[in-house]
Amino acid sequence: MSAKQSKKMRLLQGNEAIVEGALAAGCRFFAGYPITPASEISEMLSLRLPQVDGTFIQMEDEIASMGAIIGASLTGVKSMTATSGPGFSLMQENLGFACIAEVPCVVVNVMRGGPSTGLPTSPAQGDVMQARWGTHGDHPIIVLSVSTVRDCFDLTVQAFNLSEKYRVPVIILSDGAVAHTRESVTLPSPDEIQVIDRIRPSMPPEWYIPYEDNSGGVPPMAVFGEGYRYHVTGLVHDERGFPTHRSDDIQASTNRLFRKITRGFHEIQMTKSFMMDDAEVAVIAYGSVARSACRAVIDTREKGINAGMLQLITLFPFPRDVVESVLRQCRAVLVPEMNIGQISREVKRVNQTASKVEKHNRIDGQLITPDEIVRRLMKI
Amino acid sequence: MPEEVTKLIHKYLRHDKKFPHVWCPGCGNGIVLGALIRAIDRLGLAKDEIVLASGIGCAGRMPVYVDFNTLHTTHGRALTFATGIKLAKPSLTVIIVMGDGDATAIGGNHFIHAARRNLNLTAIIINNQIYGMTGGQHSPTTPYGCNTTTSPYGHIEQAFSIAELAVAAGAAFVARGTVYHAQLLEGLLEKGIQKSGFSVVEVMSNCHIQFGRRNKMGDPVTMIKWLKHHAVTIEKAGKMTHDSMKDKFTIGILADVEKPVYTEEYQKIREEAKRSAKEPKR
Ligand SMILES: Cc1ncc(C[n+]2csc(CCOP(=O)(O)OP(=O)(O)O)c2C)c(N)n1
Ligand code: SF4
Repeated sequence: MSAKQSKKMRLLQGNEAIVEGALAAGCRFFAGYPITPASEISEMLSLRLPQVDGTFIQMEDEIASMGAIIGASLTGVKSMTATSGPGFSLMQENLGFACIAEVPCVVVNVMRGGPSTGLPTSPAQGDVMQARWGTHGDHPIIVLSVSTVRDCFDLTVQAFNLSEKYRVPVIILSDGAVAHTRESVTLPSPDEIQVIDRIRPSMPPEWYIPYEDNSGGVPPMAVFGEGYRYHVTGLVHDERGFPTHRSDDIQASTNRLFRKITRGFHEIQMTKSFMMDDAEVAVIAYGSVARSACRAVIDTREKGINAGMLQLITLFPFPRDVVESVLRQCRAVLVPEMNIGQISREVKRVNQTASKVEKHNRIDGQLITPDEIVRRLMKI
Repeated sequence: MPEEVTKLIHKYLRHDKKFPHVWCPGCGNGIVLGALIRAIDRLGLAKDEIVLASGIGCAGRMPVYVDFNTLHTTHGRALTFATGIKLAKPSLTVIIVMGDGDATAIGGNHFIHAARRNLNLTAIIINNQIYGMTGGQHSPTTPYGCNTTTSPYGHIEQAFSIAELAVAAGAAFVARGTVYHAQLLEGLLEKGIQKSGFSVVEVMSNCHIQFGRRNKMGDPVTMIKWLKHHAVTIEKAGKMTHDSMKDKFTIGILADVEKPVYTEEYQKIREEAKRSAKEPKR
């Protein structure tokens, strides 16, 4: 395909754009289990991956899907799975494995109402805290949130890049509204996309220390079958990858897992500001709610109140610095969410100012409308 | 012979890194590891080509000791990781070692589906009829009536026969051996690894610490002798009456069939997908 051809405008739904983003980022392995509203991602990749010498497999469940993508990634192949609430719950244990063994992989969770089977076809944002803390134990993880079809493409590429660069699983939180809305988008051509691959060891195998604490905190990752015969385990391990009970080893390896992410805050923590320059009240929103919030900001300004919006693209690691500066600038902040208040807790947690933080929540399977947000902003 | 053993130890074990091992003295796991190493050595496979993956349990501790690409996954899930590895890099020889609980309780679903799917993997299941690592709770292969830490009044469930389960689920190669019949085991492992398709080698083993002690089975030697006396070759079993086989189990090859191997089938799909992608859209 020439660059010109690929640049034409296309009508895509969010799930399709995630597929395009994954392929553009170099994803060549997908394992999944059907679930609404994520199934289109599996279906499309079953068609597309073999065309590019990749592999698609439908596994027996989501536990298996998560295991398979970790296995594939250990051979150096960029891997992804996609699911929704119940399946995301099943993935948690193996997700923790990817965190501790530092295996790059991308997990898409197209959120639906929960808990349990919940509301399969209604959008929700109830899995935010699960995405952060769903697997047991202290662990770093990256969680991104998409709000438009174009986001679905761009952030999937980003998800792979961050996952490869930091050797950490990256969760993409979407929802039924973004996943199934069709929008006209012009996708960037391959030469406009930055694709990052994990760093491979450059030293000979006998010098390779698989979990060495180097300056960046992200050790190079050897691929199975290329002479670097090392051990990968979900047990806490020392620098050489072997299980350890020594408290100094344990502390050091856990610290490094967090440090490698902290070091990357500047590029990992992505946000977008909208009309924030002179804002006195702000909305902090993410996902499909950010779209309503955008409209609401414009409408509120027409009514004479200087409103602005901070859109969180990265939910975790929580973009604390930017949120704090919004809290310092504005007298009040509204956090609308399609849950009972998950990110609003984070905002309240970091609030050191006298600014008011209010939440606005819907858990009835309906989208939050701009009007609702305007009404709240007028009273705040 | 001792010289031979020393050579193999140096060639295959991470002898300067990971010893002493975690297994109890007299545990059958070591015999399985020995047989596996000899089988691999006989096949002349390069260490770089081999992935040894495991789940969680005493059996699951095996990979850390050997100088292959080694992977210690989560409880019951080793086959799922192995599936990803094999699909993404079919040139690797992927061997999976699991305990009976690991493979057929928590991992039972993955086990039957791996058998059905027919990837070229070799699954070794060390069946000690108990949860060794967690302290002797009953497993899906604990015999009826046995005493375990979670069946203190006697076990009232029926046991799985793992090899038969694998046959029913469609595995291309299924064999059963014991830690008494070490040479037979070596041969079965060799055949299992060589087989193109999903191979299962069930190994009857002793856990004298968690199973033997509670069921008055004696020391490791007595338990291993018990295996000797209760194992019947498939050939011989065919000539025996149902009644005389009651407390016995078969050893040898239970199934060896040809069926389409997943990775080869998938390669055809890739060719087909590439062809149809090139065709102009109508
Ligand atoms: C999800 C999960 N549940 C439970 C455990 C605890 N656990 C560790 S090993 C094991 C059973 C081991 O028994 P088996 O698989 O038969 O292997 P053996 O130790 O006898 O070799 C259990 C239940 C775990 N690690 N993970
Ligand atoms: S508990 Fe049983 S299976 Fe585990 S190492 Fe000891 S003897 Fe072997």
